[in-house]
Amino acid sequence: MREITYAEAIREALRQEMTRDESVFLMGEDVGRYGGAFGVSYGLMDEFGEERVRDTPISEAGIMGAATGAALMGMRPVAEIMFMDFTTIAMDQLVNQAAKLRFMFGGKAEVPLVLRTPAGSGTGAAAHHSQSLEAWFVHVPGLKVVMPTTPYDVKGLLLSSIRDNNPVVFVEHKLLYKTKGQVPEEEYTIPLGVAEVRRPGRDLTIVATSIMVPRALQAAEALAEEGIEAEVVDPRTLRPLDDETIVGSIIKTGRALIAHEACKTGGVGAEIAATIAESEAFDYLDAPIKRLAGLDIPVPYNRNLERHMVPQVENIIAAARDLVR
Amino acid sequence: MKLQPDLAIDMLKKMYEIRFFEETVDDLFARGLVHGTMHLSVGQEASAVGSIYALNNEDYILSTHRGHGHCIAKGADINLMMAEFMGKETGYCRGRGGSMHIADMEGRNLGANGVVGGGIPLAVGVGLSLKMRRSDEIVMGFFGDGAANQGCFHEALNMAAIWSLPIVYVCENNQYGMSMSTRRALAIERIAQRADAYGIPGVTVDGNDVLEVYEAARKAVETARSGEGPILLECVTYRWKGHSKSDQELYRTKEELQAWKKKDPIARFRKLLVSEGVITKEEVATIEEEANRTIATALEYAQSSPEPDVDTILEGVYA
Repeated sequence: MREITYAEAIREALRQEMTRDESVFLMGEDVGRYGGAFGVSYGLMDEFGEERVRDTPISEAGIMGAATGAALMGMRPVAEIMFMDFTTIAMDQLVNQAAKLRFMFGGKAEVPLVLRTPAGSGTGAAAHHSQSLEAWFVHVPGLKVVMPTTPYDVKGLLLSSIRDNNPVVFVEHKLLYKTKGQVPEEEYTIPLGVAEVRRPGRDLTIVATSIMVPRALQAAEALAEEGIEAEVVDPRTLRPLDDETIVGSIIKTGRALIAHEACKTGGVGAEIAATIAESEAFDYLDAPIKRLAGLDIPVPYNRNLERHMVPQVENIIAAARDLVR
Repeated sequence: MKLQPDLAIDMLKKMYEIRFFEETVDDLFARGLVHGTMHLSVGQEASAVGSIYALNNEDYILSTHRGHGHCIAKGADINLMMAEFMGKETGYCRGRGGSMHIADMEGRNLGANGVVGGGIPLAVGVGLSLKMRRSDEIVMGFFGDGAANQGCFHEALNMAAIWSLPIVYVCENNQYGMSMSTRRALAIERIAQRADAYGIPGVTVDGNDVLEVYEAARKAVETARSGEGPILLECVTYRWKGHSKSDQELYRTKEELQAWKKKDPIARFRKLLVSEGVITKEEVATIEEEANRTIATALEYAQSSPEPDVDTILEGVYA
C-alpha cells in the first residue's frame, strides 16, 4: 500500500469529504491561499474555491461562533484554529455555545462541526504555540475529543468526525505531520470511542496518547530486549474514552503506565488512572498506577529545557522498568 | 400612518402579550412559584415587535438573555414558552433551558443566550450558511448595549461585513448593562456609530416607537436581503424592571424610571391607533383581554404539564 504523511492523510480526508458532501466547508486563519500554517490544506482552495475554503480574519471567537452558527443550520464546517493555544480565545463559542446548544434546547438542535487544531511542543515555539490542552475539552459534556496518532488513523477518524452530528475537537500533533504510514486511497472511517492496541504485551500496559504512542512503541522495543513485554494502548478518542479496551489490557498485564505530553496535574492521565482504579482491573493491579506526563510548567523555549519538559523514550523505558521491578 | 390596519392591530396585540407574559412570570417569581432567575423586557416591547415584524416567517432570529419578547414576536407558541419557563417537559426545551435558553427551531428562533454577546458570532455562521446556499432568507441577531463592548462584537461585525452576509444586527440599547450605564461604559453617544468601523450602515431609532423601529427594520431587512451585507440597527429603549432578580436598582433614580414610563411604547402606539381611527377604545380593551387570556391559558397549560422524568436526565447531550 502507498505511504503518505499524516498531513497528507488529513488533506485527503478533507478533499474526499468535501467532494462527497456539499455542506462540508473549511474555515480558519490562512487555510486558503497560504495552505494552512502547517500546509495541511495546501491546494484545497484551488480545488474547491474561496467560498468552501474560507480564509478568515484573525478572530478565533468569530471563527468558532461562525462554525457553530453554520452547524446549527445543518452545514458541516471544519474550522481550524492555527495553534491549540489559541482555542482559549474561542472558548465561549466552543464550550458555552457549541457544546451546550443541543442540551439547552432540549435535544432539538444539532451542531455537527469539527475544530481541527495542532497541539504539542518540540518545535521551539515556546509557551504560546506548544500547549496540549485536550483535558480542558474532555471536561466538557457535549464535546467529543479525538487525538489521532498515525496517518491511517488520522484519515479515518477525521472522516468519522466530520460525519458525526456533534462538535468534535480534533487534536493533531505538529511533530506527527511529517510522519509517514500506509493509508488506503479510498474513503474509510474509524469509529470514535474505539481504542487500538498498538502492540501486544504481557508485563505492563502503556496507555499513550498522540506523540507518546510512537515513543511508547520505541520504548517497548527496547524493553523487549530486556525481556519486558509492554502492551501499548492508544485510546485515539479521549471523549468518549474506550474504557473497555484499557481496562481489559490492565486485567491482562496487571500494571499501568499512562503517558501523555500535557501537564500532569488535571491531565487526561488522571482520568484514565481513575477509570482503571474504579474498574474491576483494580483487583488485578500488581503495582500502583503510574503517570508519566509533562511537567507542570509553561513550555520553555530552550531546546534542552523543552525536551525535558515532556516524557521522552528514555523516560518511558525507565518508568516501565520501575513498574515491573 | 403607512401601516396596514390589520398589521398594526396584530403588532399591538403582540406587544400586549409580551407585557402580560413578563408581568405574569414576574408575579410567579414573587410568589415563589418558579426558581431561577429571569430577565424581563417590560418597556422594550416596541423594539422586539417593530424589528421582528419586518421579517418574513422564513427568516431567522438569534435572541438574548432578555429574550421573551423576541420569542413571542417571532410567533412562538406561548404555551410551550410558559412551560419552558416553568421547567416542564412540555416546554420548548423540555425544561432543560429555562428562561434564558428558549429556542423555537421550527419557528426559526435559534435561541436566547445566557452569555452577553454570545449570539453575535453565531449570527455570522447562520448568515454564512444562508449565503452559501443562495437562500433569500436572512437572520436578525439581537444583542444589548452591554454586549457591544464584548470582543466578539468586533470580530463578528467585521466578518459579517467583509463577507457581505445577510444579517440585520439589532442592538437594543436599554441604557444599562446590569448596573453599568452606557454613559459610563461607552465613550461615544450612539452604538450605531460603531458601524462606521466596519464599513456598514448604522442607524439609531427611538426604540419605544414601534412604527419608527418597524420602518427602519424594513429598510435594513431589504438591504440585507438584497445582498448588500449587514446593517447595525440601534433601538434606544429602557427596561422598566431590574436587570434580573437580584437587582436592588442602586444605579438609577425613580425619577429616571418614571420619565421613561411616560414613553411607554404600548401606550404610545395605542394612542396613535385610536387617534388615527384605526381602532376604537373598546377594541383596544378587547385586544387587551385576549392577550391576557392567551397568557392565562399558557399558565394553565404550563402548570398542568408534567415535570421532566429524572430517568431522562442524560438525554440530549449528544446527537
